[in-house]
Amino acid sequence: MATGNVENWTGNIADIGALYPFVGIETPLVIAGVVFWIGWHVVQLRRESAELDEEVKKFGNSDAMRKVLDSTDPDKR
Amino acid sequence: MDNELTALGIIFTEFYYWVTVVFMFLIHVGFCMYEVGATRQKNHMHTLMKNTMIIPLVTVSFYFVGWWVYFAFPNGPWIIGDLLAAPFAAANSELMGAHLGGPPVQGSLTADDTAAWARINGVFWAAFLLFSWTAASIVSGAVIERIRSSAFWILAVLIGSFFWIVDASWGWHPDGWMVQKLGYHDAYASGVIHAIAGGFALGVLIPLGARIGKFAKDGTPRNIGPRNPWLVTVGLFLIYTGFWGFYAACNIPMFNVQGGDGVVFSATNIYLAPTTLSAITLNFLMSLAGGMMAAYMVSKGDAFWTYSGGLAGIIGASAGNDLYHPIQAMFIAAAVVVIIYKLHFWVERRFKIDDAVGAVAVHGYAGFLGVVIAGFMLWGYPASPNPEYATINPLGNFIGACIMFIVLGFIPGFTFATILKKMGILRIPPEIEILGLDISATELQAHEEQAMVEAERRALQASHPETI
Repeated sequence: MATGNVENWTGNIADIGALYPFVGIETPLVIAGVVFWIGWHVVQLRRESAELDEEVKKFGNSDAMRKVLDSTDPDKR
Repeated sequence: MDNELTALGIIFTEFYYWVTVVFMFLIHVGFCMYEVGATRQKNHMHTLMKNTMIIPLVTVSFYFVGWWVYFAFPNGPWIIGDLLAAPFAAANSELMGAHLGGPPVQGSLTADDTAAWARINGVFWAAFLLFSWTAASIVSGAVIERIRSSAFWILAVLIGSFFWIVDASWGWHPDGWMVQKLGYHDAYASGVIHAIAGGFALGVLIPLGARIGKFAKDGTPRNIGPRNPWLVTVGLFLIYTGFWGFYAACNIPMFNVQGGDGVVFSATNIYLAPTTLSAITLNFLMSLAGGMMAAYMVSKGDAFWTYSGGLAGIIGASAGNDLYHPIQAMFIAAAVVVIIYKLHFWVERRFKIDDAVGAVAVHGYAGFLGVVIAGFMLWGYPASPNPEYATINPLGNFIGACIMFIVLGFIPGFTFATILKKMGILRIPPEIEILGLDISATELQAHEEQAMVEAERRALQASHPETI
């Protein structure tokens, strides 16, 4: 059983190419990697929205906020 | 690699880029420190994580997309020709992993591909990747304290793993169409990294809006200056340090620059035209000096702007720092810094743009001006060793600067930030902006500290009841 193309270092080293295990699996690996990357963004976006909503409910005080907002130029926020 | 000289050349080049990556890592350390130092305490942790997460997100997206784009897009595609084949740079290439250069397994690759790229692909990819982080980090500083991290990270991936590398393919590649047709010259990335990132930041800032309180009701800007000047100072010094790696990474360390039958080895710029490390060291330091001296004078000794002026000075001279005389580099840097300083405050007052760290000015305006100035200063020089390509000229570099700042920077930044705004995910709610992004952590910490104090008080009471 061998997962890679290298079984010993005694042959002709110049004939050795890819060193990583399971050569030939590159395209499925890329697909899995892209799903992981895009999925991370999606999960993070949802989680952040939920956290912000919760924080606004928990800590937001509309009267105090209005006073602060009234003191600044509303077009430039 | 069957003889020592060939091996020395290949392994030296591999090691050279590897070292540039280590140096450039410091740029990101510096950006993190600088950004947190410029942020109010209520937002520290979120600001830190917003910038830090550029590292993994841009890395994976640049692996999947960006590296292939650089080699596939020099013709546009479809501006002067088709998409180019770049099988060695595709994410599913066997050369995007550990490889000793032997015969390929994949049919899309040749033995020449594996021999040429096996030992260089990873380190060259990483050198470009560190540029990608820098592009995204430049935008990060401008938008602190009100952008949603999730939205920023989408924008970071777009600038870091797509738009900047498209511009590199067009204008920072030996055969990019801008080099061929416009004579575009931008040796140390004034436009390729800085103008595009500054333009992108400006495009994001418009739909994002200013921080609450930045402008008074009558529109007068308020100074929300650096909250921790020491962190900002160390951060900017680290960026200076990392910039050495950035400059070195813009070179090919050893290349036969003699056309025809002769052999002359030299370092080259990215266009494969000869330069020397000595030349760029002289110009780097003299442009840093010119920028700092001008910034100190024009800002009346403001530390934040003096450091930033040093960066802007280098950026302003970078497009031609392979060829300038050091004193030319110094004067160009000084002139650019005076202009961008004035422009920053004029734009802030006139258009109410809240660029929290001056990133649009230091990178965007300085990069744009640097490219334009190089077009005049280096007029008639060859843009490439290929004699059929256009020579450097003012119009070519001006058009190139506009492509960097506006076409690939401002327009995508504005467009994607506007889309995120329409989706309601660009900006944090005003309540959180006022309370601070770290409000949950701060409240939790306060509760835990209160509980600790009470626990300690009970323990003390139990052991020494007479003292309470």
